Amino acid sequence: MTNQHDDGNLDRRSFLKCMAWAGAGTLLMMKGGVLHARTLGADAGAEAKDTTFSFAQISDSHIGFHAAPNTDPASTLRAALAQVDALPVRPDFLLHTGDLTHLSRPDQFDTLAGLMQESRAGKGKVFYVPGEHDVIGDNGAEFFRHFGERQQPGGWYSFDHRGVHFVGLINVLGLKAGGLGFLGAEQLAWLKKDLAPLSAETPVLVFAHMPMWSLYPAWGWGTDDSLEAMGYLRRFGSVSVLNGHIHQIQQKVEGNITFYTARSTAYPQPAPGAGPAPGPLKSVTPDRLHSYLGIRGVHHVQGKDALAVTEEVMA
Amino acid sequence: MNRLAYVACLLPALAVLAMPAVAASSRSPAEKPNRIEIRNFMFTPKTLVVPVGARVEWINRDEEPHTVVSANGQFAPSKALDSNDSYAATFGKPGTYVYYCTVHPFMTGTVIVK
Repeated sequence: MTNQHDDGNLDRRSFLKCMAWAGAGTLLMMKGGVLHARTLGADAGAEAKDTTFSFAQISDSHIGFHAAPNTDPASTLRAALAQVDALPVRPDFLLHTGDLTHLSRPDQFDTLAGLMQESRAGKGKVFYVPGEHDVIGDNGAEFFRHFGERQQPGGWYSFDHRGVHFVGLINVLGLKAGGLGFLGAEQLAWLKKDLAPLSAETPVLVFAHMPMWSLYPAWGWGTDDSLEAMGYLRRFGSVSVLNGHIHQIQQKVEGNITFYTARSTAYPQPAPGAGPAPGPLKSVTPDRLHSYLGIRGVHHVQGKDALAVTEEVMA
Repeated sequence: MNRLAYVACLLPALAVLAMPAVAASSRSPAEKPNRIEIRNFMFTPKTLVVPVGARVEWINRDEEPHTVVSANGQFAPSKALDSNDSYAATFGKPGTYVYYCTVHPFMTGTVIVK
């Protein structure tokens, strides 16, 4: 594989084959309530075997992006989904943590929907939350029409899966000039009420597009009122927060709350503060692109107290 | 060729080049170009001062899409601007117009109309 990369003449077909072989996202394993992050691969697959359930996260597919370093984000999303389909243990469902599209255009949402239908994982249950690229100009009307859960008027929702409480939050609407991501009073009130009946032993997994902690506010990588949300979550023994937006893996542990950001299936962004601004890392060459992209999987082991998060890159 | 002669040679060309600019400045303020570049997630200049009736144009030089949206609805919002897309608004009344990119709200700018 390495030799194939080094020859510099990798054709499109073998490039895609290479990505499918190597992986394209993140596998998350819940082990007794604590989420463990791993790069998806042979080892992650073996770890998945002693779990009661797993799910995979993909993020930031940016359908409609058409510049360096990835002029074909549809093909890299397809490869990411193929990688999820190839996992030795089938994930129960898929999370897409936003920026499905680049410009919120109806045809871009249609392309995304079509690509999802091509894969077994994509045809199964997929939970979506919008990114800021999915709500441009229409406050998310087109996104919610295709992918909304419609449990609440604001679009946020929760569900329980095999003992774990999942919460999908929206922090890309009603953004204020000069601000970061934003949840808003209505959503926070809902969250408080949603969590209230749960025992502190319930593992909670929150997912939203923008980072739910102050990762790098100068580039907008944070959520203005996330502290209030964390206030409601602190009493739980195990809280995992999955985000996208920054197109790279960052992790942070704060008491019982562990934060993770995911890779993009489309293109990487610079490390926080590296360079003048966020945006696509244009200098990445085609033969190196796949090593920056990924999918994530989560496995849950009943009776233990951890979630295991694994990361799988495309290289 | 000495420096003086070199400059002298250039003079007729400079005169020709300068003419359209002179013509432009003699037009109404509404036609004077006022351009704000969007580059590296910043509006440049961050503050632009224009006369009443000025037409202001924004052009996106980033690979990322941006928008131009008045912070309190004082002028019509742009659609998503892809790379090299532009948007223009005409400012008929004096005032301070704060705007931002709704995709990246930390990006703010101001148009002051006098």
